[in-house]
Amino acid sequence: MSFGILADEAGFSDIAAVIMSAIVFAGSAQFTAISILAAGGGAGAAVAAATLMNSRFLPMSAAVGPSFSGGPLRRAAKGQAVVDHSWALSSRGDGSFDQALLLGASAIAYCTWVGGTAVGAIWGDALGDPDALGLDAIFPAFFFGLLLNELRSHRARGVAALGTAIALVLVPFTPPGVPVLVASLASLVGLTKRARAEAQERQEAEGEPR
Amino acid sequence: MTIAGCAAVTAAIKATGPIALGGRELPTWFTSVVILLSPALLAALVATQAFAEGDHLALDADTAGVAAGGLVFWFTRSIVGCVVIAAAATAFVRAL
Repeated sequence: MSFGILADEAGFSDIAAVIMSAIVFAGSAQFTAISILAAGGGAGAAVAAATLMNSRFLPMSAAVGPSFSGGPLRRAAKGQAVVDHSWALSSRGDGSFDQALLLGASAIAYCTWVGGTAVGAIWGDALGDPDALGLDAIFPAFFFGLLLNELRSHRARGVAALGTAIALVLVPFTPPGVPVLVASLASLVGLTKRARAEAQERQEAEGEPR
Repeated sequence: MTIAGCAAVTAAIKATGPIALGGRELPTWFTSVVILLSPALLAALVATQAFAEGDHLALDADTAGVAAGGLVFWFTRSIVGCVVIAAAATAFVRAL
């Protein structure tokens, strides 16, 4: 529902918002893309940022792969059902996944996601002047909440600070959307030896290939 | 255009995992970077929206609102509370 309201705020028509939820079905990527468009960024920057946001699905869907039945096409189709919570829910903790649970949880999430977008988009129309209501603060506040959730490790906090610094320095010199893309380079801190060793340890501790 | 692009790349990413990489583990360096992509992107999104107005940096009503929302989230872990308070605080500061 929040996506519908925000898409409305970003200038999307109700139908466009619902279509996006129906065919993209990746919340954080959708929020990222429309917020860049809302800030005046181009379609290319919006899609690129959404792609980076979605890159986590690569290791996630690769981990699920062996648990899916059927040929390559069917497995690829089932891969579309991978979303954060159904992935986490269906993980058996030993590296395998409950296929039926994953598909079922995603089916429910899909219906509520698309339906909620429709309700939010329609309800968004009924709201008055977005500036007077402070609705422009919704996007950054939402991302801020997600960010605070991510800052569990020392390294994540460092990367967030670096990303912030890169983005703010670039704002006056580059078109909207670009600072966010360049800031993603901060994640390359993950290439340092220590970060890789920690990621390895985490993988082994969790007992599942991510 | 943006919608079609997002749909295409999302589908491609989600399909690649199960078929191309079926069973094999991804290299550690890759996973290590991917884990850190979200904090980098989210921090940049927050910074550019809360501290910038077009192509210049500006502290204004939404900066205060986002800060208030962050505090609410920090103490309550509620994303809905965070967003609602951020909007309300922004509207309040703007109305002053």
